[in-house]
Amino acid sequence: MRPLKIVVLAKQVPDTRHVGPDAMKPDGTVNRGKLSTVFNPDDLHALELALNIKDRIPGTQVTILTMGPPKAADIIREGYYRGVDNGVMISDRRFGGADTLATSYTLVQGIKKLAPYDLIVGGRQAIDGDTAQVGPQCADKLQIPQVTYVEEILEIKEDEIIARRRLETGVETVSAPYPVLMTVHGSSPDCRSRKAKKVMQYKYARTKTEMRKGDPVLEALHIKRPHLVIPEWSVEDINADVTKIGLAGSPTKVKSVSSIVLTATESKVLTDSDSDIEGMIKELIKHHTIG
Amino acid sequence: MKSVFVYCEVENQKVAEISQELLSAGKRLAEKLGAPLEAMINGKDLKGIESQIAPYGIDKLFVGDDSRLEPYRTLPHAALVAKVLKQEDPQIVLFGATSVGRDLAPRIASQLNCGLTADTTILDIGDHFVKKEKVEYKDLLYAIRPAFGGSIMANIINWDMHPQMATVREGVMKKEIFDADYKTEVIPVNVNEIVSDTDFVVKIIERHIEESDVNLKDAPIIVAGGYGVGSKENFDLLKNLANILGGEVGGSRAAVDAGFIDHNRQIGQTGTTVRPKLYIAAGISGAIQHTAGMQEASMIISINNDPEAPINALADYVITGDLGVVIPKMIKYYKENAK
Repeated sequence: MRPLKIVVLAKQVPDTRHVGPDAMKPDGTVNRGKLSTVFNPDDLHALELALNIKDRIPGTQVTILTMGPPKAADIIREGYYRGVDNGVMISDRRFGGADTLATSYTLVQGIKKLAPYDLIVGGRQAIDGDTAQVGPQCADKLQIPQVTYVEEILEIKEDEIIARRRLETGVETVSAPYPVLMTVHGSSPDCRSRKAKKVMQYKYARTKTEMRKGDPVLEALHIKRPHLVIPEWSVEDINADVTKIGLAGSPTKVKSVSSIVLTATESKVLTDSDSDIEGMIKELIKHHTIG
Repeated sequence: MKSVFVYCEVENQKVAEISQELLSAGKRLAEKLGAPLEAMINGKDLKGIESQIAPYGIDKLFVGDDSRLEPYRTLPHAALVAKVLKQEDPQIVLFGATSVGRDLAPRIASQLNCGLTADTTILDIGDHFVKKEKVEYKDLLYAIRPAFGGSIMANIINWDMHPQMATVREGVMKKEIFDADYKTEVIPVNVNEIVSDTDFVVKIIERHIEESDVNLKDAPIIVAGGYGVGSKENFDLLKNLANILGGEVGGSRAAVDAGFIDHNRQIGQTGTTVRPKLYIAAGISGAIQHTAGMQEASMIISINNDPEAPINALADYVITGDLGVVIPKMIKYYKENAK
């Protein structure tokens, strides 16, 4: 089997799984500063799926692509620590405020620059929006087929790839020709951990923006080891139409946001005593709630 | 007059529950707009399928009937839906937030270059004033959804790129017959003219779908446990209570993640939304992810060691105590007092 060229789409997200009480401001808006950022969990599964193919087919090239603010370069480093061959950042203030349509347009402009490719993988969805839209939208814009909710790659053949999908009510095995875009379900294997050797090798990988404050030691190192400079693509680098990116390219807008207030009910507070519980059961039977 | 359009899912000549919910919700929006309700259904052997859904008040039903359209595959369905949407130019398009809808809707949104709001739980019609343009946009779709892990509700609108599309969570919209004798115009679609061979490049080799034996949505009584239940064995207590009361057992995401109970019994934002007559929450703290899926229960009993558990704010009865003590007593006094 020939080696494949794989692009992994990954996103840095606020950790919405651990939203503490201080994550909301008193006015009900999200206090982003109080949320730590993480590698989107489903995207880690996608990364594992790609690295697993690389294990099975030596010579396979895995490139990790992310769009985000300068801080999102963490995603590229995390990719390197786990074994990707290349990493590219798409980063420019003008990309900010993008909804899924503008995001997929932007990513696709980047993917086109990485062409040719056999396989594009990303997580099923990101925990900051749970939309699961960017994968299928990229596939549409690239005019390639999509296979969503992939749990396992069963077979990699010369002209097609066979995968098992996890649906709400069961599983489905499908074959698809290359190039194809897959979104990866959280029920697929967890991502391997960082390799100490790779961490040593790539911990000084930086984007130009990260280096803007100047660091003579790192600059010298980057001259010696150019692979530590993480490519950072701007609007011009990917030939993006400014009307299709960022806020301007995003049809969906947030009209208003309200924090969820638990509507307080007047509760009867009981103990676990026999009389309390018997009293409650009798009331429920009397009101025909039970019985 | 611009229409409201619903994509219907069908398998083995049975229209999906979610699609019936969507048609009901779509009809309510259409009524507010004074607009017709349109729908599309694609599958095989669909002759007479309209009888299942016409009563929801569909004015025009597009039917793509071809053996290759079932089971669902992305590309042929996308080609058919995009074609009809371009022709009909509806104002609002709704899909189920299901494996199928979440696969199909974004592909179509990309093709039509329009906005798509995911996992909506409330749909409404309203206006919006755009300050920059000094224009008041009338009769927009308000697609309201939980966001940020369920800590907030966001109202998402889209005024400049049509149509306005949304996927809608299963079980949140009420099914409602509009008119049992509603006259629906059925329009067969020429599938061969629209789809090409290249739309079938992804092949289904094998398929295994389990008919779910769990029906939380229609259960009048639900006994649900959270992480506080502590073990799979303790869940048996909950099952006993549910059996005796004629109800079903459910669990919070934490209980499912801990392996105490099956995934298909999960209640909440990422599980099933329920509205039972009685909801008994045992060892559930009440994260918004959970309460969003059960707060419309008519009566709520919370059993928790922690008198400050957030769920207590929703409960009609708050029992502070150990569920290992409380539940056996509930069973005992129920048996004694029920006729």
